[in-house]
Amino acid sequence: MRFTGALPNAAIFVALVAVAVVADRSGNPYIVTLATKVAIFGLAGVGLNLALGYGGLVSFGHAAFFGLGGYVTAILASHAASATPVATVPFTMMGTNEMLAIWPVALLVSGLAALVIGALSLRTTGVYFIMVTLAFAQMLYYFAVSWPAYGGEDGLSFYVRNSFPGANIFAPLQFFAICAAALGVTMILVALLTQSRFGLALRAAKQNEARVIASGVRPFALRLTAFVLSGMVAGLAGALFADLNRFVSPAMLSWHMSGEIMVFVILGGVGRLAGPIAGAAVFIALEYLLGPVSDHWQALLGLLLILIVLFAPGGLMGLALRGRHG
Amino acid sequence: MLLAEQVLNGLQYGMMLFLMAAGLTLVFGVMGLINLAHGSLYMAGAFACAAVAAATGSFWLGLAASLAAAAALGALVEVVVIRRLYARDHLDQVLATFALILVFSEGTRWLFGSFPLYLSLPPVLSGAVTLPGGLVYPAFRLAIIAIGALVAVGLFWLIGRTRLGIRIRAGEADREMIAALGVDIARLYTLVFALGAALAGLAGALVGSVQSVQVGMGEPVLILAFVTVVIGGIGSIKGALVGALLVGMTDTLGKALLPTFFAGFMEASAATSVGSALASMLIYVLMAVVLVVRPTGLYGARA
Repeated sequence: MRFTGALPNAAIFVALVAVAVVADRSGNPYIVTLATKVAIFGLAGVGLNLALGYGGLVSFGHAAFFGLGGYVTAILASHAASATPVATVPFTMMGTNEMLAIWPVALLVSGLAALVIGALSLRTTGVYFIMVTLAFAQMLYYFAVSWPAYGGEDGLSFYVRNSFPGANIFAPLQFFAICAAALGVTMILVALLTQSRFGLALRAAKQNEARVIASGVRPFALRLTAFVLSGMVAGLAGALFADLNRFVSPAMLSWHMSGEIMVFVILGGVGRLAGPIAGAAVFIALEYLLGPVSDHWQALLGLLLILIVLFAPGGLMGLALRGRHG
Repeated sequence: MLLAEQVLNGLQYGMMLFLMAAGLTLVFGVMGLINLAHGSLYMAGAFACAAVAAATGSFWLGLAASLAAAAALGALVEVVVIRRLYARDHLDQVLATFALILVFSEGTRWLFGSFPLYLSLPPVLSGAVTLPGGLVYPAFRLAIIAIGALVAVGLFWLIGRTRLGIRIRAGEADREMIAALGVDIARLYTLVFALGAALAGLAGALVGSVQSVQVGMGEPVLILAFVTVVIGGIGSIKGALVGALLVGMTDTLGKALLPTFFAGFMEASAATSVGSALASMLIYVLMAVVLVVRPTGLYGARA
């Protein structure tokens, strides 16, 4: 990793942790919860960025994976609470309220979904790819709305946050630490991945597909791998988000969610490791600061986004690090 | 008889979708722009119609206002924001027009409040008509079908037979060349965008008359219009028409028939939930199948 690239990314992560710790020490648990939200949305954004920023795959359907991760968590937790099996065929599967048991299931389910959706969507390119990923997410959304077993339109709540060995998950700072650790580990893995042969080939395929094919690499396999990994990270973020709220609803699967995750990535800076964290932080800070000032804060957010797209195409990190690459 | 009614409902839904999809596909095809804010223009049309109809008491003035307001708003947005996005990649377009949705939705909420408005239909169209065969059907829904058909014919004529249509098709094929031939391409683009906006506004006013006029009404329709455009093939008016009818029919007939179909071999309550779950997914399944078989849609030429 180049030093110039690593430093700003690490700085953003450290700043987020510092905000949470200071807020906790000064008795502002609400700010800690906001920082937790930033970590979770940032994680979802880091996931999307893997496909979007490095692979050039503009997925408008990442809410599907985010929501699946959330639903896996809520379904397992609610079955654990009522002591009923999740499934009896092909084998009896009980619910659980251990995060360490839930996460692998969430990763597996969102990864499988990304494998199927990616394999079909990657047949198309450009606008068609954007729209077909959106269509798959909408399918899941409408399925969640109209399938009554897990709450349908009303969503599904569970009363106790899932547990993590050795942690008091009711203490806001400890739950933040779990989310931040997941984010930090993922960022390191993504950084290693993007510097690897795989990452270089992925970026090369984005820049010049014909040359990559000519050097004997199949872009489809590269892109599908990136899409699946990206979906899995979004699924993990969804699992954490469900635990934060102890509630999931079809809104987690909606196209608005996909749009918001995309906003975090673009606002922060496409293809920058910590960009989504910066993007999510600004988004949530605006919501927190402008919300009480005006009911119409989203209009101001919209104007800000338009200005960023028109005058700062590299996002916030691009603006801050003008002329430098990372 | 019930089936005939559902087919008409599907046709009406399809025609409404066509009004939305026609503008989207033109803007996609000619300018290469993804406009998520198209649903906001639909909403603007509905609100303009409701406001003018309430102020003047005339539904027809309201309908005219919906066209004018949506076209004016479309032209304004094109000049201020959209035209800076043509050269950008799809990502920037998606983000900027997503932001426009936020601005328009909040702006409308600020102007009109959060409560839904209702439009009353003019007496000519508020009754029901008995069709040949004895089917009684609401006159206004028939009017929507007729308006959709008229717009379709008008658009085919405009694109295929007029000087403006030639320029639009030329702009789609080779932007530099027609600019070199002395066509004011910036004005042409504003015109196309305003035309698409006007059609969206008209659709909004028509649907708002049947349902209600409220903030956020454009978003579900927007997604369906995208599905329509992608199924039909980007840039093709014919594709938009075929796609719209396909989506309208699939959705309406799926919702009407699937629960009954599952009731044939399932318990009634389970059949209803499985049937309606599948019915609401059906158009997305249709879109996925079309794209897997034909990655550029039914009538699309390029990605």
